[in-house]
Amino acid sequence: MGTRCRFRRPSPVQEPPLIDLGLDLVERDGWAVLVVSGEVDVATAPRLRERLIELVNRGHHRIVVDLVGVEFLDSTGLGVLVGALKRVRTHDGELALVCAEPRILKVFEITGLTKVFSIFGSVDEAVGAG
Amino acid sequence: MAETVALEIPARPDFLALARLIVAATAAADPLLPEDRIDDLRLAVSEACTNAIEAHQRVGSEQSNIRIECRLSPEQVEVEVRDHGAGFDPDVLVDHPPATDPARLDHERGLGIPLMRVLTDEVEFRSTTDGTTVRLVLRVSAVRRGR
Repeated sequence: MGTRCRFRRPSPVQEPPLIDLGLDLVERDGWAVLVVSGEVDVATAPRLRERLIELVNRGHHRIVVDLVGVEFLDSTGLGVLVGALKRVRTHDGELALVCAEPRILKVFEITGLTKVFSIFGSVDEAVGAG
Repeated sequence: MAETVALEIPARPDFLALARLIVAATAAADPLLPEDRIDDLRLAVSEACTNAIEAHQRVGSEQSNIRIECRLSPEQVEVEVRDHGAGFDPDVLVDHPPATDPARLDHERGLGIPLMRVLTDEVEFRSTTDGTTVRLVLRVSAVRRGR
């Protein structure tokens, strides 16, 4: 009898085992800095959206989304960030992105969103620019 | 002669990373494809699979599978993503307002197909009421030319 090798089936009641998303909040100089890590796609983007909505609802209208630890970002993730920018602007707020990885920057460039977002190379620059 | 790797995934978002992983690993078997082009393919395939998962969700067929075939030949890497959704017309897509228009922020969706078109050398959508097949091609010859 041969050896079977299989992926563990994701359970609907647990976090999916194959996709991880880190969302850590740091407050700095009046900015809420949301440090995102892992992969942002249709599986994980709802968690990012919920966290950003929660921040705005709690009165954080100056938000930095730090994408330095993001290994993959697709159009679903872009849509969440567009929605968050709209949300903070309705409160006269600001949303800045931190991204230094060419692979991730390319997604913003080819969709024209580099003209929509303020994108910085580091959190220091993003916070300093505000 | 092309070498083929095929997989089927349940039409659920938590299997999307697995599809990306396998397609990228298969494409990496071609020594002429540089890493940035494999990244392009990974994203394009992810967009196609996301659309397929959503197509299944819209018709309530999350229990059926999405089939992904990756074919390697000396000339190209070709990936087909086949779903059993209700089909769609890829030519009927809403253009987003310009980036400088505040109305741009009203559009959170609709970037998947434009991304697929930019990231690959060829995209084909074959859609019927029984589902959609998306064919994505990266030409190895384009890589040699330094695309």
